[in-house]
Amino acid sequence: MSAPLLQARNIVKNYGHVQALRGADFDVGEGQVVGLVGDNGAGKSTLVKILSGIERPDGGEIVFDDRTVTLADAADAHRLGIETVYQDLALAPDLDPAANLFLGRERLKPGLLGRLGFLDRDGMADDAAEAFRNLGQTVQLITVPVASLSGGQRQSVAVARASAWASRIVFLDEPTAALGVVQAQKVLDLIRRVRDNGIGVVLISHNMPQVFDVADRIEVLRLGRRVARFTPSEIDMDDIVAAMTGVLDHEAEATS
Amino acid sequence: MSSSDSPVRDEPAAAATEDPDATGADLVIPGQERDSWLRRLTDSTALIFIALLALVTVFAVLAPGAFPSVPNIRNIFIAAASLLVISVGMTFVIISAGIDLSVGSVLVFSSVVAVKAMTAVGNEGWGVSLIGIGVALLAGLLWGLINGFLIAKAGIPPLIVTLGTLGAALGFAQIITGGINLRGVPPQLTQVLGYGRIFGIPWLVVVAAFVTAWGIIALRFTRFGRYTYAVGSNPEAARRAGINVDRHLLKIYAIVGLLSGLAGVMSLARFSNTNIAGHTTDNLQSIAAVVIGGTSLFGGIGTVFGTVVGVFIPTVLQNGFVILRVQPFWQEVAVGVVLIAAVYVDQLKRRARERL
Repeated sequence: MSAPLLQARNIVKNYGHVQALRGADFDVGEGQVVGLVGDNGAGKSTLVKILSGIERPDGGEIVFDDRTVTLADAADAHRLGIETVYQDLALAPDLDPAANLFLGRERLKPGLLGRLGFLDRDGMADDAAEAFRNLGQTVQLITVPVASLSGGQRQSVAVARASAWASRIVFLDEPTAALGVVQAQKVLDLIRRVRDNGIGVVLISHNMPQVFDVADRIEVLRLGRRVARFTPSEIDMDDIVAAMTGVLDHEAEATS
Repeated sequence: MSSSDSPVRDEPAAAATEDPDATGADLVIPGQERDSWLRRLTDSTALIFIALLALVTVFAVLAPGAFPSVPNIRNIFIAAASLLVISVGMTFVIISAGIDLSVGSVLVFSSVVAVKAMTAVGNEGWGVSLIGIGVALLAGLLWGLINGFLIAKAGIPPLIVTLGTLGAALGFAQIITGGINLRGVPPQLTQVLGYGRIFGIPWLVVVAAFVTAWGIIALRFTRFGRYTYAVGSNPEAARRAGINVDRHLLKIYAIVGLLSGLAGVMSLARFSNTNIAGHTTDNLQSIAAVVIGGTSLFGGIGTVFGTVVGVFIPTVLQNGFVILRVQPFWQEVAVGVVLIAAVYVDQLKRRARERL
């Protein structure tokens, strides 16, 4: 197993008096697919938002490349090469897929026009088309607003955006929820390709067969805490369910 | 910031596994992106543009001598100029899913402090006029920044913030003047900007045309415009994409404030006084123009070209009714009907577009 690329240590996050995370730990290494599982409300999405820079933790530490980092906003995470496919996809519905792919990182025309803020629309459209092709995605409708795409197509746009920009880590929060069998398989293939490129992948999914299929490691969150870490080949799904429901708790023993 | 990065170059593994020639190049028709703006324009604005042309045609047929004459066309453009300047700014605001009710009050405040400044340094000359212009622009910018700050940083809804500054700016203007319209606009300003022409085109129209051209280009071709659509379309997505949403909103309200100040200068030049009571419905007129032009009150959709059409429909109606000796109050009725129809069409389009 490679050295952890990103470590979350003892992360705490409260919303009002609801404790979403109560001392959660998490690791992901280079070229590793980690499945992050847990029941609804276990804190998976909150943890992803904190590690993507869009929520600030109330406590704990984030270590990236052996350095403690502060992720003040999404741009901070982007600079570290961290990309995320959010559960709600975080797309701008009135913009087309290419504009969404480059959202926040628009490429400008060279020279004076670029300094005046003019967009390199053609260049971005061409590169976006290539990014979608790399995903094996047939986005014929590259110039229509995302709002008029199907749920699966929208999800593909979000996945393509994250995988195109990520240089170190990709978080995928339920990336296959709206996809058919074939497209879901393509996303899993993409996850492997991204992993083989040395990028850490974190897959959050309720689809246990998918997680078992693709993950090198599985981490289980329960009530805002990591309760177990597994290697899929050494266990079966009952162990995961036991950890998710609280029957089994490795970390409590480890820390006591 | 590495805005010149290509996302595809950053992902060599993905590119390597695909044969670039064998992948379906026909999936994406290359020309599509190039003329998509044209298609979108025709989608959303064609109807209203045709309505404007029909209106012009009807008036031209009914009043063949008076309506299509050069002086009358000039009058229509002069009447539209300052509303157009405000409405260009309002287009950005509404596309960002906001609203600005304070534009008319900011216009009045700007013209009041401009006249005060100009009378303080002497009543004549270009230097005095330039000081007045500068003061008006600065005053407008300041109100815009106040609006933007309260909306973006304090998180107060734009409707409430600008309703507040609508009252405050007008109140200050009346406190400064004691409620009496100020005169004392330098003749240079009124003779050139107010009545002057260049190549037969009134300066007021030239100024409005420059602002409109800037609006069209900035909204369609620049990053600023792209962020405006993104913020109006899904502010949370924009934030997660790394866009500084607060700063962008601040800029948008600052710009509409600045343009209101400019419209204040134009109003001073045209009427030679502060015309405090003459701008109480500027906000509603400009919002109506923007919405008639196909911009969605829900944000994320709209064009400056549509706004131009939306400004000219009421102006042409008013002008044509006066020439035809129809009671001009019918203009307000007609604009009301067009406004409601425009919003209805917008909602039909949205419903047709949304797939679940």
